[in-house]
Amino acid sequence: MEWTGRGLVIGVRRHGETSVILEAMVEGRGRHLGLVRGGRSARLAPTLQPGNTLLLTWRARLEDHLGHYAVELLDARAAQLIADRTRLYAIQLLGEHLRLLPERDPHDRLLSLTVAALDDGLTGLALAVALARYELFLLDELGFGLDLTACAATGESEDLTHVSPRTGRAVSRAAAEPYRDRLLRLPGFLTGPGNASPEDIRDAFVLTGHFLDMHVWMPRKLDPPPTREALIERLTAHN
Amino acid sequence: MANGGPEIEQLIQLLARLPGLGPRSARRAVLHLIKRKDALMVPLSAALDRAVAAVRVCETCGNVDTVSPCHICTDPRREQSGLLIVVEDVADLWALERAGVGAVRYHVLGGVLSPLDGIGPEDLTIEQLLGRAAGFSEIVLAVNATVEGQTTAHYITDRLAGSGVRITRLAHGVPVGGELDYLDEGTLSQALRARTAMDPG
Repeated sequence: MEWTGRGLVIGVRRHGETSVILEAMVEGRGRHLGLVRGGRSARLAPTLQPGNTLLLTWRARLEDHLGHYAVELLDARAAQLIADRTRLYAIQLLGEHLRLLPERDPHDRLLSLTVAALDDGLTGLALAVALARYELFLLDELGFGLDLTACAATGESEDLTHVSPRTGRAVSRAAAEPYRDRLLRLPGFLTGPGNASPEDIRDAFVLTGHFLDMHVWMPRKLDPPPTREALIERLTAHN
Repeated sequence: MANGGPEIEQLIQLLARLPGLGPRSARRAVLHLIKRKDALMVPLSAALDRAVAAVRVCETCGNVDTVSPCHICTDPRREQSGLLIVVEDVADLWALERAGVGAVRYHVLGGVLSPLDGIGPEDLTIEQLLGRAAGFSEIVLAVNATVEGQTTAHYITDRLAGSGVRITRLAHGVPVGGELDYLDEGTLSQALRARTAMDPG
């Protein structure tokens, strides 16, 4: 078995004294692991940093084997990420989100959103908006998408301001009024274009965090990524 | 393949777990020890016994020594510099000591934040570091120039915000003996950003 493709490094794990197991998000193949011999060497270690894009050649005797990677650096982002605390936290968070996906299941849209978040030079609220939309899309890809198209109570598709924490369906302002304390706020930028305030960003991450916790982190006995809270704090504090 | 009695086989298996040794090299090492039993095997065994009894992890900095607090933490000359160097591992501390960085004190984190390996802030000695920080004028975050290392450095910087202690990190750039042509673009751009003035005089 052999294939070649572009992949984004999302992590490496030590394997023995000199090798690593590379975890990469590969176009058309999804999250794919493989052994890199000599991956801990001074020559290869800088290449295998999270955030870098590599040309990967994977070889194995059988399809379900771990296999070996041969790697070539295509886009060295890691050194620039290291210099920018916000983007460094972002790549860690995005890597943890990608790690929630099943292995070898293609999610090219998430991969392109990840690369865009790292490459587009987004900062502050613009990056926060991209990350909040990313988490919403992640929920969708994991099979727990929210229904934000129409009000669960009235069927209206306008003026949707809240979300039911139980069903994940949107609720219009009028229908939400008696239950406001028990519903999650739905910032307008998650359902369409529009500006976002720091308050909106916090509400968006509370919303996505609630459903990620309910459907993904808690059932898998995972804690929310430690960088998530620090990143939200940074993205909303400077504005 | 038989290698003598079970005692010898167990010795081979234990040595094979050491870094740099596999079963074949462990077998060679054991044969060498057996051949030089009095000159090497007995003193090695005695040294191991003494080390097992004496070695302890310093309760202050995390260094490995035979006393706790360790010799570095109790050295009065190191108190005056006010400099605390934070490292990932004891091996990094020893490397800095070999480099002769001066009369400084250290703090061993015990690793870096690593989602893939399930290492979170509570698995490192960050809380102990926060407790020590007030006693120093500068803290140097000497963690590796990797994404995980620098995430840990930024996380610690966030946690130390408001402590009043100056926080610095090691420079990133061209290593001694390095050739520009062979450096990755990211390191080159970092080195250029962190350029320093040449003294013409």
